[in-house]
Amino acid sequence: MSSTMSAPSSAGRADDRVPLLQINNLQVGFQTQTGVVPAVRGASLSLHAGETLAIVGESGSGKSTTAHAIINLLPGSGKVTGGEILFEGRDLTKISEKEMQQIRGKLIGFVPQDPMANLNPVWSVGFQVQEAIKANGIATGRADVKKHAIQVLKEAGLADADKRLKQFPHQFSGGMRQRVLIGIGLSSRPKLLIADEPTSALDVTVQRTILDNLEKLTREIGTALLFITHDLGLAAERAEHLVVMYKGQVVESGPSREILANPLHPYTQRLVAAAPSLASRRIQSSVHRLAELDYSATDVTEGLDLIETAEVRAEAAAAASKREDAIVVKDLTKVYKIRGNKEAFTAVDNVSFSIQRGTTMALVGESGSGKSTVAKMLLRLEDATEGQILINGTDTAPLKGRALLDLRRKMQPVFQDPYGSLDPLRNIGNTISEPLNTHKVGDKKSRRERVYELLEQVSLPNALASRYPGELSGGQRQRVAIARALALKPEIVILDEAVSALDVLVQAQILQLLSDLQTELDLTYLFITHDLAVVRVIADHVTVMQRGKIVERATTDEVFDNPQMDYTKELLNAIPGAGIALRV
Amino acid sequence: MSNDLTERTVDEATPPSANHFVAPLEETPLLAIDVVKVADKPSNLWIDAWRDARRRPIFWISGFFIVLVCVVALFPGLFTNVAPNNDCQLINSNGGPTAGHILGFTKQGCDVYSRIINGTSTSLAVGIIVIVLTTVLGIVFGAFAGFYGGAVDGFLSRIGDIFFSIPYILAAVVIMSVLVNYRSVWTISLAIGIFAWPATARVLRAEILRVKNSDFVMASEALGVSSLRILMRHVLPNSIAPVIAITTISLAGAIVAEATLSFLGVGLGSSIMSWGNDINQAQKDLRTNPQTLIYPSLALSLTVFAFILMGEVIRDALDPKARALR
Repeated sequence: MSSTMSAPSSAGRADDRVPLLQINNLQVGFQTQTGVVPAVRGASLSLHAGETLAIVGESGSGKSTTAHAIINLLPGSGKVTGGEILFEGRDLTKISEKEMQQIRGKLIGFVPQDPMANLNPVWSVGFQVQEAIKANGIATGRADVKKHAIQVLKEAGLADADKRLKQFPHQFSGGMRQRVLIGIGLSSRPKLLIADEPTSALDVTVQRTILDNLEKLTREIGTALLFITHDLGLAAERAEHLVVMYKGQVVESGPSREILANPLHPYTQRLVAAAPSLASRRIQSSVHRLAELDYSATDVTEGLDLIETAEVRAEAAAAASKREDAIVVKDLTKVYKIRGNKEAFTAVDNVSFSIQRGTTMALVGESGSGKSTVAKMLLRLEDATEGQILINGTDTAPLKGRALLDLRRKMQPVFQDPYGSLDPLRNIGNTISEPLNTHKVGDKKSRRERVYELLEQVSLPNALASRYPGELSGGQRQRVAIARALALKPEIVILDEAVSALDVLVQAQILQLLSDLQTELDLTYLFITHDLAVVRVIADHVTVMQRGKIVERATTDEVFDNPQMDYTKELLNAIPGAGIALRV
Repeated sequence: MSNDLTERTVDEATPPSANHFVAPLEETPLLAIDVVKVADKPSNLWIDAWRDARRRPIFWISGFFIVLVCVVALFPGLFTNVAPNNDCQLINSNGGPTAGHILGFTKQGCDVYSRIINGTSTSLAVGIIVIVLTTVLGIVFGAFAGFYGGAVDGFLSRIGDIFFSIPYILAAVVIMSVLVNYRSVWTISLAIGIFAWPATARVLRAEILRVKNSDFVMASEALGVSSLRILMRHVLPNSIAPVIAITTISLAGAIVAEATLSFLGVGLGSSIMSWGNDINQAQKDLRTNPQTLIYPSLALSLTVFAFILMGEVIRDALDPKARALR
């Protein structure tokens, strides 16, 4: 693309040093049956030694493809079709695979996305670290290699590293595995480290410590870091420079703070407005009355500004307060018996809370905190070991048959994975009308009409009724799942990580939709999530769970402004972008 | 853009600095977020599989051969008017090809070509009866074991294991030896099918275990859909693809099994024409008159080959991962 080439060079260089990595007008395409599909279209960027640059974009924006092209790790049918990648002046697109092997690992380290899948489960961790050390020729001789391996793990922040060497990947938590992978990536003291969404599979608090560690290590070694993420807040917090990619093109690049404070491209403006981590910061700063918000993101597509969503929600909630409780949970406990183990596992421990009609309560916690188990018990998909669940004042535990069906009518779930929550072999119309059929609501014609009505409510065209889920994007599938949940006109909707798997822009859209539907239909939401940033814009009350117990319960404002428990503070601090001083 | 991303401290109040690059909007047009495209052709697993399969030459070649075999089995009269048994004359014993008898004669002086054509229906019938039997039993056992789990699974799977632990050829040999007076297409199919179904059940059970944990199953449960209905409506249709692939391949296996049993002399009675019987008869004359062995064997191999190829095409077409690789 000429555009990406033309702009800057004339604009005056800040510095005459030769960049460590310079990508000029890179084109990458994937070979398919119907021809070459471009994935990266004329991307350019440059990175100097010792600096950090983040590539930000949604899924499909070409950010990972760009990074993989640098070290020639494009999957199967991918190919660089144009442009150059200059690393210390050498064009990496023109060198042989053998030369690339010399560079890969030794001069350019790589940290992959999924720590669970990137360590071989049949070899000990020590073996894999030593293998990398030997392959990069850092050390020779068994004792020396072992010494280096221990040092790598120590640097990665693993206590008693020498014992850990003999352990296997399944004995490590996700965070520890990612530390090992970072350690391996940095073991040869590379000049450049590429980290492809290194923490998106991990809990927020773990995410924070891993990134702190990564930052410290790269600074000490003087390695430049190329960081790929979908989270604008995270990118701005961790990198000095941002490159925003959209549909394979670079739409904006420059110093992080400047882009955040003054996004110029409409896409970046959208992204800034929609990022929950940033929105929650802005709401917070307005609560603190630090100053009036001054965001030049005026040209934002309607319905994407999460602050607006939060305001609408807050108004509705104010009107809804002082109403009766829709859900009351008393001393709820769930104990799982583990086979071959005398000790039972308490997933949910003495949990009590209540939710007022027409309001949203967020149940927050990291993976394994028991929040989804609470949801399943509410939905009567699992039975409680002890305790009571009252829906509109009725105890749900003894309900059977007809009465249970009536309960199910009042309460509907929306699940996290938009790809798993719709039956791939049933079309959208049948999926949405399934609740109507099950509960024998109306006749065939009125059901069809109701399906169209629901599709309209979630802003999808009627034509989708005869289509299959495989043809829809993640956000559209989630809309269908919401439509199905609304089909029986429920009073309560339980949203289990319902927006966690979506791209930020789509996430903002869905949050907006949920907010609108709540006002329109007087719905009560139980919103289960690990993402406190999202909570900030959607919830009225927050309940924080840790290891099956409730550790804190308050209104959203109280929790954000004045968290009482250390755990909550930790969660709050872990919201990406929290460290960014916003211009005010 | 070769802008230098170097300045570490930027005064945020300043207008866009020199190294702040923005792509011109006309070159990076914004699209509506998550726009719905409905102009494309509808697609789901089965439609996609068909679109994938019909692009492959192997699908058409094996498909053509399977159709040919079926037509031969149903209407042998279209392909030969030589009666396979009644026209046998010992004068032609082990005779070479002559006009009207292009593949020569057997030891009994029967027309080899005519016997192959007329034996087709036997082989195909055995294959079809066996797969109907194995699929029905396999689906019932596999689906209930996988879906209900626990004690049901334990009970059904152990039954399956018992049958699985006995090689079905061996079991069929024993059964057919006992049923020596009742040898027919039906009994031989039953003897093969009754020990061949656990393979289908296992494949289906594994697939059901995977599917039943999907969120859409939980969503239906939360709607109050009954468990049997969830199994029939959601779980089974999503689990059936590998069963279809394995069925085509096991049809080939059943045809081979029938031939094997007939060859061993415990299959169909000599009065019933089948490729296995012909091969059995021909083995004595292998050195003097090999074509009586070669041609029935060739018919058997080609038929089996066609079904196996078709099974592989179907398996690949139904597997989106395999599809993406090509």
